[in-house]
Amino acid sequence: MFGYYFDLALRSFKRSPVLTGLMVLAIAVGIGASMTTLTVMWLLSGDPLPGRSGHIYYPQLDPEQGADVRRNPPDMLDYTSAHDLWQSGKADRQALLIDSEIKVQPTQPGQSPFMAKLLGTTSDFFPMFGTPFRYGAAWSAADEARSARQTVISDTLNQRLFGGANSVGRDIILNGHNVRIVGVLAHWRPHPLFFMVVGARNSGGDTSSLYGPPQDVYLPLPTALDVHAGAGDFATFTCWAMPLGPGKDQRSSPCEWVSLWVELDTAVKAASYRRYLDDYDAQQRALGRLTHPANTRLMLLSQWLDYQRIVPSDVKLQNWFAFGFLAVCLFNTIGLLLAKFMRRSGEIGVRRALGASRRAIFAQCLVEASSIGLVGGAFGLLLTLLGLWVVRQQTVAYADLVTLDASMFLLTFVLAIVTSLLAGAFPALRASAVPPALQLKSQ
Amino acid sequence: MQIRPIFAALRRHRMASFLIAMEIALACAILCNALFMIINRVQLMQLQSGIDESRLVVVSITGVDANETADMAARMKAGFAGITGVESVAIANAVPFTPRAGEAGFRIKADDPHYNQQGHFYVGDVGFAKTLGLRLVAGRWFGPDDYGNVTSFLPASHTIMVDRSYAEHLWPGESALGKQVYAGDGSYQVVGIYDRLARPDPSVDATENTFVTGGLDGRGLSNVYVLRTAPDQRLRVLADARALVLRVAPTVVVDNDNTGTLSDLRRIYFASDRAMARLLIGVIAALLMVTALGIVGLASFWVGQRRKQIGVRRALGARRVDILRYFQIENFLIVSGGIAVGMVLTFGVNLLLMEKYELPRLPWIYLPTAAVALWVLGQLAVLAPALRAAAVPPVEATRSV
Repeated sequence: MFGYYFDLALRSFKRSPVLTGLMVLAIAVGIGASMTTLTVMWLLSGDPLPGRSGHIYYPQLDPEQGADVRRNPPDMLDYTSAHDLWQSGKADRQALLIDSEIKVQPTQPGQSPFMAKLLGTTSDFFPMFGTPFRYGAAWSAADEARSARQTVISDTLNQRLFGGANSVGRDIILNGHNVRIVGVLAHWRPHPLFFMVVGARNSGGDTSSLYGPPQDVYLPLPTALDVHAGAGDFATFTCWAMPLGPGKDQRSSPCEWVSLWVELDTAVKAASYRRYLDDYDAQQRALGRLTHPANTRLMLLSQWLDYQRIVPSDVKLQNWFAFGFLAVCLFNTIGLLLAKFMRRSGEIGVRRALGASRRAIFAQCLVEASSIGLVGGAFGLLLTLLGLWVVRQQTVAYADLVTLDASMFLLTFVLAIVTSLLAGAFPALRASAVPPALQLKSQ
Repeated sequence: MQIRPIFAALRRHRMASFLIAMEIALACAILCNALFMIINRVQLMQLQSGIDESRLVVVSITGVDANETADMAARMKAGFAGITGVESVAIANAVPFTPRAGEAGFRIKADDPHYNQQGHFYVGDVGFAKTLGLRLVAGRWFGPDDYGNVTSFLPASHTIMVDRSYAEHLWPGESALGKQVYAGDGSYQVVGIYDRLARPDPSVDATENTFVTGGLDGRGLSNVYVLRTAPDQRLRVLADARALVLRVAPTVVVDNDNTGTLSDLRRIYFASDRAMARLLIGVIAALLMVTALGIVGLASFWVGQRRKQIGVRRALGARRVDILRYFQIENFLIVSGGIAVGMVLTFGVNLLLMEKYELPRLPWIYLPTAAVALWVLGQLAVLAPALRAAAVPPVEATRSV
């Protein structure tokens, strides 16, 4: 039966090629636009740590002083609070993070210095976030405690400095200090760069820079403070009083510039960590170090990303527009299919008079509609590929991530067929309601 | 021409007419809101920074060693000033379209415990105003005593200049001259008002909330160099300046992201807005095309379906122009219905966008504009099928199908 309906559909297409072409075109551009934006949305709203993100939490409290009290705690912690919480070791894993840029100086004459992104962190960072290593491994907690001059570098930096060779055991010069490479990361590109997502909710939706590649130089936090000294402050969320300024130890600055991420493997542990955070906050207020009312949070990674409104608002807007456009295309196709089917009232009347059931007419029309959908989907896929190519030409941080994966590839066709079935259902229903006798009479 | 028979005919095509009207309604909502966003972005891109952009070259440096001598800034500045074609050189903490460097909360009442204002404090050396081309509208420029050492993020000075519109916002109805601004640990007296100087990161939310303080060249003020030159000399001056940095301070790193002609920095700053505007233009073009083709398709079908009736009308004395008018008026009625629904939808979508994406309210003028555009589109789309209908000969009435 299906084969016969398909054959009828082909004949119908041949009879009105222009109308058919218009429908295919409408579906193709609708699918192309919406799949392009949906692919970008899918990419940007994905889970940066699949399999791990359910155990990763971000503790917050309000360490500020003075008359201005925030409704939400600041996005980062002051050094003292962060270090106290980290040192307690209450979580399964915990990592402190500070970030800045650092000068990488030439080891051989003829090279020129350049700036690299620096992350000062603690040894749990690598296992907690599952960073892949190409060569070597992370530094040890003991080396970290003694502020050892050791570093882990990215594969990008390893490529640039050593041509991709195993550079473990070699030295690089960072801001005048010799530092030994103990590990080289393999390609690692979590998106968004979740551990740098700070202040995004105040950025007016301009968050695309948070999808860039991660840092190139990783140093144990005490080492980072030593090596970076004299090169300005680490990136700071904000200060509640005047910062101490260049040349001073940033650890005592009245600023929030440290992030703490913790891994809590069970709900029970998460609840008990939450209590610990509250207790710590209460204790510090009793001591008088913290003065603002208690305002602690312990968000899951996914909650944190939602709270920060991580998906760029332009991307969301584009998605809305694209689906609005698809709706226009859908209305368009319904109208055209209706016209096409009703034009064939005579033919349908004959088929009905010869014994075809309403159901058979309905099925025949749907087969015709979904064939249009399939062809439209195929062209839509080409347009999607073109759209994604256009996105890749933009100067946005996520441009290199934009590709069509298998699930989006399938979704393109699902969306095309669903669209055309949706478009075909009503006209098919109307066509199957054509009474047999009347049509024959009027002919 | 009577409208009544057209309505009667439309009632027989309720569903198809309704679908086209809905398509027009959706198109109207998308068209208005997309157009509004495009114009918002274009306006943002045309933002006046208040400085002589076409004459400026910016060189940003970073990675200054702790043991670099304190006079590096002065040497660098002297070197830049010696480049052929450079009229003047300034050192600043930031300029428009480079990363912001002096964002701070402040207050304008001495006894207020709340830092309830927020602005960007530019720190500029003695050449800042002249090099950027700021225009003084009240008070005076900084004198030699108004520059302080920059040991924190603000200089140790006591005077400040403010943007004109920002001054009106902070002290409405009063002269800002002589007023105090309390920021950080110090207080600064307003001695001058400049016409305009945009923030480093201007946006729809904030553009003009800027101050200028006077800083002395030195370790705390040595990162952003602004070179003033003739517009046609900029590229050569930029190349010379890069070469000069390598000679004067070979150990520092030129921050390539923030080095270039000011026009380049501006272009890069607005790149995402430009991309968004282009994309929306693409959406609108595709939308109008699909809508028009839909109208053409449906109208052609109706013409084909009514050939016999058209023939009868012609045989009964209707002129070609009557047939033409019939289809044109029919299209006008359907599009009008769509526009009526579309207006409600447009405001609904706008309210949603206002709530979720902090977009401003859509000015009413967009509605008649979009309505006219859709009417014209509808008439253009229906013209070809209507002409074909008008060409149906009266003899068609006598033919059986």
